[in-house]
Amino acid sequence: MDWALLLEWFLKSLVLIFGLLGGFAYTTYYERRWIARLQVRVGPNRVGPLGLLQPIADAAKLIFKEELTPAKVYKTVFFLSPLLTMVPSLVIAAVIPLGTSFTLGGRTIHMYLANINVGALYLMSVASIAVYGIVLAGWSSNNKYAMLGGLRSTAQMISYELTLGLMFVAAILLGNSMSMVDIVEGQRDMWFGAIQPVGFVLFFIATLAEVNRSPFDMPEAEQELTAGYHTEYSGMKFALFFMAEYQKMIVVSMIGATLFLGGYRELWFLKDTFLSVDRAWFLGPFYLVAKVFLLLGLMIWIRAAWPRIRYDRLMSLGWKVLVPLSLAVIFLTAAGILIESSWFILISSLLAAAVAVAFIQRALRRKAYEFA
Amino acid sequence: MLLEYLAIALLLVVSTLVGLIAIGLGELFGPKIKSKVKDEPYESGMPVIGAGTRRMPVRFYLIAVLFILFDIEVVFFLPWAVAFRQLGLFGMFEMVVFIVILLVGYAYAWKKGALEWE
Repeated sequence: MDWALLLEWFLKSLVLIFGLLGGFAYTTYYERRWIARLQVRVGPNRVGPLGLLQPIADAAKLIFKEELTPAKVYKTVFFLSPLLTMVPSLVIAAVIPLGTSFTLGGRTIHMYLANINVGALYLMSVASIAVYGIVLAGWSSNNKYAMLGGLRSTAQMISYELTLGLMFVAAILLGNSMSMVDIVEGQRDMWFGAIQPVGFVLFFIATLAEVNRSPFDMPEAEQELTAGYHTEYSGMKFALFFMAEYQKMIVVSMIGATLFLGGYRELWFLKDTFLSVDRAWFLGPFYLVAKVFLLLGLMIWIRAAWPRIRYDRLMSLGWKVLVPLSLAVIFLTAAGILIESSWFILISSLLAAAVAVAFIQRALRRKAYEFA
Repeated sequence: MLLEYLAIALLLVVSTLVGLIAIGLGELFGPKIKSKVKDEPYESGMPVIGAGTRRMPVRFYLIAVLFILFDIEVVFFLPWAVAFRQLGLFGMFEMVVFIVILLVGYAYAWKKGALEWE
């Protein structure tokens, strides 16, 4: 056993975990500040300069909160489901490359924990585990709201997981590999998001539903379900769910950036300049963080701008529009690769998306007519 | 290659520990004052009626079964996508046949009303 390798893994694990924990804390700050701006408020600005210590104050508060466990819950499952939700949201980041590699004391250190050849499959499977945490939390709470929240959340997550999985397939088709590192390196000449923007938009919509963000935040529809699946959780166990939610936001942004926006790579037309990660390895993480920052900002903006979608429309959108559209996108991508034309992929997928939008509009108009 | 999975296992262990420590901190520092009302499930302050876990609408099962069917199709897409450039036109035709069969089932489910949520 190579102890240096073990140490390297351990240190990388710590960097990943504490990076995501820190990211989680400051994503809550980012969200509160920016939502406040969008609603013409100031937001938290009292604790520390610009309110930057607010997340720490929140964490300290949650540690000193009383933790309630109602009498009739299923104790073991009740205890395990926060862990089952939180741990995958950390573990999933293992295969995402954060940058190229650098040399330290004669060792080449790659900026990823593991480069497995089934990276995309790993991401899909670990992302699915989070569903168990949520449905078990809802079920074990022995509470009607929690049960309904858990069920709704599960139905929504598995419905949109199809689109998510199919969009992984689109990126794999373009990258010709399931390894995340190969997919990023395949975007050296052109981001997949530029070849297949419809794929990226579909992926983004599906991730919004996967992480239960607005406008798909049905599981936490507070007017109907108080707090959804985590109604009975308090103190640190609630904090774990909260953590999982924000870490998942960060991680799906990382995945979206990796699959479609070039991951740690620079903008494709800058590849021969001094800004390229081939020349300066330390720029890799900065590029990835910048893309994640933008995607998170977009998620928060959507939350501020749009009302929650109705549940039947959510399911209709997922099953009747997104699934066929994703199949069409994959078909067109494959056809475009076969005739070696990225313009064909771009234009034909945009046309398919236009047909889907027209279909939604027609369905909505017919509904409005029926009600009138 | 298999060694890399060991790294993931290490990450799994460390992150589980982080979760357990977080819960432990809460147990350690939080106050614990028992009372009868706190033991009851939260139902917006109303007196609790009936059991918490009751029968659920059958639609959720339907969605779950459909999901299993279609998700397995997605898994079939993955190896095809990796091998697509070697397969060429043959792979394209194979996948068209596969998608058509898939769409027949999809159309049937739609027609039968399995996708409705009214």
